[in-house]
Amino acid sequence: MASSEKYVPPAPLSDTTVALLVFTVGAVLIMPTLDSFGVIDHFTLNLWGKYLCYALLALSVNLLWGGTGLLSLGQALFFALGGYMHGMYLMRMIGDQGQYHKPLPDFLVFLGWTELPGFWKPFEHFSFAMLMVFLLPGVIAGIFGWLAFRSRIKGVYFSILTQALTYAGALIFFRNNTLMGGNNGFTDFKSELGFALREPSTQRGLFIATAVVLIGVVVFLRWLEGTKFGLVQRAIRDGENRTLFSGYATPTFKLFLFVLAALIAAIGGALYVPQVGIINPSDMTPEKSLEAIVWVAVGGRGTLFGPILGAVFVNMLKSYATRAIPDLWLILLGGLFLLVVLFLPGGLISLPAKLRALWQRFRPNSNPVNAA
Amino acid sequence: MSPTRITSLFSVGALALASLVSPARAEDTVKVGVLHSLSGTMAISETSLRDVLLFTFDEINAKGGVLGKKIEPVVVDGASNWPLFAEKSKQLLEQDKVAVTFGCWTSVSRKSCLPVFEKNNGLLFYPVQYEGEEESKNVAYTAEAVNQQATPAVDYLLEQGVKKFYLLGSDYVYPQTTNLVLLEYLLSKGVPIENIGGGFRKDASGKIISAGKYTPFGHTDYQQIVAEIKQFSAGGGAAVVSTLNGDTNVPFFKEYAASGLTAESCPVVSFSISEDEFRGLPADKLVGQLGCWTYFQSIKSPANKKFSEDFQAWLGKSTVPGIVKDGRVTCSPMVLSYDGVYLWKACVEKAGSFDVDKVREAWKSGVSFDGPGGKVTTQPNMHLTKNVFIGETKADGQFKILKSFDNVYGEPWLKGKFKK
Repeated sequence: MASSEKYVPPAPLSDTTVALLVFTVGAVLIMPTLDSFGVIDHFTLNLWGKYLCYALLALSVNLLWGGTGLLSLGQALFFALGGYMHGMYLMRMIGDQGQYHKPLPDFLVFLGWTELPGFWKPFEHFSFAMLMVFLLPGVIAGIFGWLAFRSRIKGVYFSILTQALTYAGALIFFRNNTLMGGNNGFTDFKSELGFALREPSTQRGLFIATAVVLIGVVVFLRWLEGTKFGLVQRAIRDGENRTLFSGYATPTFKLFLFVLAALIAAIGGALYVPQVGIINPSDMTPEKSLEAIVWVAVGGRGTLFGPILGAVFVNMLKSYATRAIPDLWLILLGGLFLLVVLFLPGGLISLPAKLRALWQRFRPNSNPVNAA
Repeated sequence: MSPTRITSLFSVGALALASLVSPARAEDTVKVGVLHSLSGTMAISETSLRDVLLFTFDEINAKGGVLGKKIEPVVVDGASNWPLFAEKSKQLLEQDKVAVTFGCWTSVSRKSCLPVFEKNNGLLFYPVQYEGEEESKNVAYTAEAVNQQATPAVDYLLEQGVKKFYLLGSDYVYPQTTNLVLLEYLLSKGVPIENIGGGFRKDASGKIISAGKYTPFGHTDYQQIVAEIKQFSAGGGAAVVSTLNGDTNVPFFKEYAASGLTAESCPVVSFSISEDEFRGLPADKLVGQLGCWTYFQSIKSPANKKFSEDFQAWLGKSTVPGIVKDGRVTCSPMVLSYDGVYLWKACVEKAGSFDVDKVREAWKSGVSFDGPGGKVTTQPNMHLTKNVFIGETKADGQFKILKSFDNVYGEPWLKGKFKK
């Protein structure tokens, strides 16, 4: 897809480490502390928890698109599947506190079920649900990836197939007969591991968990980038045929990356559900995948922090603008995307470098100390 | 985009901070949330509700407001995005601290907000016909319950001598529930089960868990279903009860007309098509077909005349960006939104306070308002007693009123209620 791009060696570790440290201290220590002292309100912290989950989805998109040159429109499926698997556990934890006060989830009572369908039963165990968060998206990505990459499906055909996969998933979950809540999906969760979800302390815990997972994923991806595997990954992006003829089994590499990206999306989805409080098939549509691609493009495709920046920035803007200018926010967002594509192809993350370059061009002699 | 705008966008987090330290709000206003989709697939329907709400607030403010305070609307866009509805309701309740919120159209958006309203003890006024099976103390359901739309429509059809009923709907909770209730209702009225069309699904023990024919959202191919209806209605005395939603009505009614079925040979009663939907639907394909709502624009009463005229005049002067001014109509969800604001005002005034618990007590004690569709009265179960009308579609997208049922009590729990 991006054969014209040159090989760019990863940035020196020091910069990344600094960024990571700032991020870690900010997300894990400062924000929750400010929240518990009431300096920022619970709503804001909860919102940021959602942004960080979206950042995981963006990282998943970027690993394939920016890192390997595979534009997948199916990452929303894996995100939502992770969410659904965790959601099944949360639905079981509602117990008989639902609208019907029956021990079954409300939508099953509504559909006329009097006892739990077999596949729902193990989900009352947290550990089983967590296993399924990884297993189901991983297996689906594995089977789909194996079929697609073995058949040498590439470029726009790969995008179309992944889009169809997501759409099929949404249609299946949309049916009431799938017994996964149909159009309404899962909502009205009460507790997680015995902690009430409406308590600010539980939400704070979930925020910290999300931040820690995100940092872990970033560190892992940074490490992967530096290994020989990372080199092969970039080689596939920049010239797959050459890599193949150099003796690398590129389909196997791509399959591994596709499964890995699905798992990153899935854990993002699993963390998303208890913080947002609802999961339904609308989170599984190709539009959602496209949204995540926009975040990556706005933040900076192919960089480590660009996707995170993009996901947080675009969603912050959306949260702000749907309240401040509800009639015009789409125009604002669309305008921003146009500006980024036209004037900042490297994304927001390239803005400082762009500004520095401009500064040096127009003020070459003003302050030589700055140039150092 | 100016640099100041960009920096202001960066400061969402700081905004929360600022709201904590900003000086106390002006004493003479009360914040009220408006939570509808102004973009996305639901925008075509929900924007009309935003418009009528803003009109109502202006009307009330012009007469001195509520308890001497002017209503200050906080409009947010749910963008037809269900998780965003949860986020926006949190923002309205936890940051803006609104006294009440008017909003939601789809059931899934209501379900998405519900935990937020329950957690913060907020109050949501919900104005669109829905499936029932829910009764939250934090929602005032001004909406039509199933017994304020579906069962009166069936009563009318039975009265007209209809003996066979074909149930058809979009596959989601509202049609599924409505049809299960209708099945029980029809059986209790002595309609034999073989005269109920669309098919049934049974569980292992043989109990019917789903009645009627369902198509997904956005479905376009109705050839087979219409052929089935044609066969079903061959002996005469048949009708279709449709809970098809939105765009799917276009291919359905086109196919229906093309197959030679008419409102005389087999009438269709639809529960999701109001005057406002005809702005996007070909009304000429539906002439003679039936609708059932708690309000029609064609109601002849001084209250309705004043409401329509004032709303049109308000639209003419409105400065809301992008508001549609031409060809506007009024419909039942709009009137129930309008009634909702006045009922809230009446409850606040009766309680002498904006406190949600006190307002709810006032609601439960029974408050009335004479709206454009006639008198509505609040009930202890958070629903409304209201009039129900059956109408026949005309070529201009209006309804000719055929029958009315007065003061129908809103009942959310209907499944298993009607016994043979």
